[in-house]
Amino acid sequence: MIDFSHSVAIVAVVAAVTAGLRFFPFFVFGGKRKTPEVVSYLGVALPPAIIAMLVVYCFRHATPTRYPFALPELIAGVAVAILHAWKKNMLLSAGGGTLLYMALLQRVFA
Amino acid sequence: MEKTIRTAFVKSLPVMAGYLALGFGFGVLAAQAGYGPLWVLAMSVTIYAGAMQYLAVDLLANHATLVATAVATFMVNARHIFYGVTMIDKYRNAGKYKPYIVFGMTDETYSLTCDGKSPEGTDFPRFAFWLTLFDHLYWIAGCVLGAVVGTLVEFDSRGVDFAMTALFVAVFVEQWKGTRRHRPALVGVAVSVLALLAFGPDSFLIPATLGICVVLIGGRRFFETKNEMETPTAQAVANDAAEKEGGR
Repeated sequence: MIDFSHSVAIVAVVAAVTAGLRFFPFFVFGGKRKTPEVVSYLGVALPPAIIAMLVVYCFRHATPTRYPFALPELIAGVAVAILHAWKKNMLLSAGGGTLLYMALLQRVFA
Repeated sequence: MEKTIRTAFVKSLPVMAGYLALGFGFGVLAAQAGYGPLWVLAMSVTIYAGAMQYLAVDLLANHATLVATAVATFMVNARHIFYGVTMIDKYRNAGKYKPYIVFGMTDETYSLTCDGKSPEGTDFPRFAFWLTLFDHLYWIAGCVLGAVVGTLVEFDSRGVDFAMTALFVAVFVEQWKGTRRHRPALVGVAVSVLALLAFGPDSFLIPATLGICVVLIGGRRFFETKNEMETPTAQAVANDAAEKEGGR
């Protein structure tokens, strides 16, 4: 059962924290002051590292040591990478990869 | 349609496909967890953050505490602070457009605007505003559509959350191809895997984020080469959009 008020509160907290993070730098560094150098550096170097972290995060529940040995994740993940390197079409890579993963999970390694 | 809006629309087209697919996946997932189209509409309008909305379904389904919710949101979306940092000067004079642009600064919208450029004869903040709005509308449409289908049709949705994984893998590939400087991305992979092994799947995001920051700042001279550090996503996406426009 859905706990209505608690659910509303969770959605509100997620929305507020997300917006807060997006507005934060504009409040802190938005005045006349110049942005500290190290912050500018992180602004460039950090995004690729964070995307990499999110990829690892997405695979965190894969089980390489027991059946199905993370094979559905691995196969679909590699398929997405190849498709995207080749066609650069987000719908094709994300949509195709998801359908492939669902098929692998539900049929092949069921 | 006036030029600013038209060019913003054209530039937003690559995001349309991704957001419809990703939003659809989220909508189905939420609906199957008992949160129908109205919930999904409210979430996609007010939260508007892809990965976080997927995670929010987990939090909702598990009746997470508000403190745990706030911490999880902070960890997953902390990267947005750094997006904002790179846009402070570019949006300094954005005026009335600023609040909405900043609110809607998702990974994809950021990747399209972070070069701070807009087509000739158009005003950048106004261009960014429309781009943000188009992307937001695709996201809302995809999410609600998924929730409607997920509510009406009974089907085996196991694995649909892979849409989020697929998105990040694709963005990772795009960034990788858009730059010759791969060290920050490799640091991200290495530190995250180590943190995952050390702290386990449910609590490695905080140590991983901190570890990445420490390594990147500590090894700054190793990671930074002047004039070569660029914003790869923007680069890749801009090239991509240019190719598409050229082919029109």
